Amino acid sequence: MQRQVALIKQSLFDQGYLDEQFIELEELQDDANPNFVEEVATLYFKDSARLISNIEQALERGSFDFNRLDNYMHQFKGSSTSIGASKVKTECTMFREYCRVGNAEGFLTIPYLRRVQMFEDFQATEERARNVEKEA
Amino acid sequence: MLTPGAVGGSSNSDPFPSGLRVLVVDDDPTCLMILERMLKTCLYRVTKCNRAEIALSLLRKNKNGFDIVISDVHMPDMNGFKLLEHVGLEMDLPVIMMSADDSKSVVLKGVTHGAVDYLIKPVRIEALKNIWQHVVRKKQNVSEHSGSVEETGGDRQQQRDDDDDDGGDNNNSSSGNNEGNLRKRKEEEQGGDDKEDTSSLKKPRVVWSVELHQQFVAAVNHLGVDKAVPKKILEMMNVQGLTRENVASHLQKYRIYLKRLGGVSQHQGNINHSFMTGQDPSYGPLNGFDLQGLATAGQLQAQSLAQLQAVGLGQSSSPLIKPGITSVDQRSFFTFQNSKSRFGDGHGPMMMNGGNKQTSLLHGVPTGHMRLQQQQMAGMRVAGPSMQQQQQSMLSRRSVPETRSSRVLPGATHSAFNNSFPLASAPGMMSVSDTKGVNEFCNPSYDILNNFPQQQHHNNNNSVNEWDLRNVGMVFNSHQDNTTSAAFSTSEAYSSSSTHKRKREAELVVEHGQNQQQPQSRSVNPMNQIYMNDGGSVRMKTETVTCPPQATTMFHEQYSNQDDLLSALLKQEGLLDTEFDFEGYSFDNILV
Repeated sequence: MQRQVALIKQSLFDQGYLDEQFIELEELQDDANPNFVEEVATLYFKDSARLISNIEQALERGSFDFNRLDNYMHQFKGSSTSIGASKVKTECTMFREYCRVGNAEGFLTIPYLRRVQMFEDFQATEERARNVEKEA
Repeated sequence: MLTPGAVGGSSNSDPFPSGLRVLVVDDDPTCLMILERMLKTCLYRVTKCNRAEIALSLLRKNKNGFDIVISDVHMPDMNGFKLLEHVGLEMDLPVIMMSADDSKSVVLKGVTHGAVDYLIKPVRIEALKNIWQHVVRKKQNVSEHSGSVEETGGDRQQQRDDDDDDGGDNNNSSSGNNEGNLRKRKEEEQGGDDKEDTSSLKKPRVVWSVELHQQFVAAVNHLGVDKAVPKKILEMMNVQGLTRENVASHLQKYRIYLKRLGGVSQHQGNINHSFMTGQDPSYGPLNGFDLQGLATAGQLQAQSLAQLQAVGLGQSSSPLIKPGITSVDQRSFFTFQNSKSRFGDGHGPMMMNGGNKQTSLLHGVPTGHMRLQQQQMAGMRVAGPSMQQQQQSMLSRRSVPETRSSRVLPGATHSAFNNSFPLASAPGMMSVSDTKGVNEFCNPSYDILNNFPQQQHHNNNNSVNEWDLRNVGMVFNSHQDNTTSAAFSTSEAYSSSSTHKRKREAELVVEHGQNQQQPQSRSVNPMNQIYMNDGGSVRMKTETVTCPPQATTMFHEQYSNQDDLLSALLKQEGLLDTEFDFEGYSFDNILV
């Protein structure tokens, strides 16, 4: 069971979903705060989901409010970096770059979608890992 | 400097650096949680906040509740830099900015806005482990730069790490035992954070004349003490040549003053009290509203006055009541003025608190006036009585200077005192009607006094402590009885009565002070208070007295009851006015 968790986690690192920041968070977890990582991850997912939906809404509109999108992205990026979701962070950076140049197409390009997808993958993986841990 | 050991008088005697009270502000809940965990791991005491507004109100409510603030740059409700500015000005706490954005422009912005550090997200725990250095550094800088600052910082420091402060600051800051020293020191330092000779009235820096201070306080009140930002204040004041920095430092002092007003200690009152008493004997002539005597007194340099005040205070009780008290008041007034100039608002007000003590001293003061004063002061706050006395002394000399200082002070709780100053000066000024300072002083003082009274009596509102000039003004205005003002003008009359009143006022102020929490970010050092009491309170009283002519309203209130004294004062007024040299004094003394 634990091995499963370890494997999943390792894969996340290998794929670049997670970086050393995540390890930092893990180090913050101790006996006094045994579920710290889980709590943070949960919080992150919840908050990110909100952000992503905001972003999607913004994108749905005819005209793109780059500033607002940029803000969302900044927030998302901040969260992601804090938790160590490096790929998501990278995607956010790219996305913001698009916002900066006002490239509407950029929004709809793969980076965004990819990021969302990555995020979802990440989320799913995290979920799995957590479930495994719980069962452990 | 850091002494991990126990802190002297601080309430949070945690060994430094653990126990450092950190306020974290970030709209990102994930980040907030992570930071909290990290900071707790560093053994810091963490308070989370996801909105800047909440953070600011938290900081304002607990002036000394935090040692350092960490804030995100991008927040929905308020720009992180704006928060940074607020915190720096109001509470003078070190602020660390952080952001996922590492672009140079943003980092530079953080630096220029005064952030002590800029962290890039993801924030690592190592970076957080060393944030205490900023706290220490700040304290050191504070103590080095000015007495007032020290005191302010000292207060904080004391609370947080006394050891640090002690090292950095002079004795004043922490213990306030040497109130006299503190006072002096404050005066000197107050001068404008330039360690200048307290005695010298002329200071190169911006002098916060009563007028100016009045404007300042009005602006602050308009904006709201907690929300007042130097930039806005500056705009509202619209004074040529006044820089934002001037306003900022003045504001800082003002807040400190307000804080002190809230926490006026009996201590200070005593000091003033003693001061007053001491002066009496020496000033005998003052009783009769001897302007000359007053003049002499006024001429005493702040230092000397302070000393006199101390003396006077020591003796306070009976002598004050006597005419001699007037002299004492004057002296204290004078001293106060000096101090005031130094403190600028911050300390000045504080002194007023000290003045509160003085009110007790006023006991001795011829009750006639005092009663009136007290009554009046009731609205006005302790400042009144003290002011009266101070006024008297001030009238003789410092009328002008006093008023100015009062101006400065008005901001702080000492405003009561401050008011007195201006008021005191007013009397003097009255005669000198043309004295620009006077008129202006008076006005400001009114406000201050008004504020006080209202605050004091009204209940221990928090407003009392604050420099609520508006209130004060209102109070005074209502009393615009000319008779009293006239009486007030004779500072001497005040002094005697003021003693009494002052005492009341002081007491009131003290009460209020205690009840209210000054918005000031820092806890007022006992020194500050002491300083204020000695110098401020005494002075303040004088001021009020002086102001009456102009302020009439203000004085009336206080002294209305003391008709006899008032009239006496009025007579003296003419004399007194001449004594006070507003011009010279006000500007010099008031150091921003």
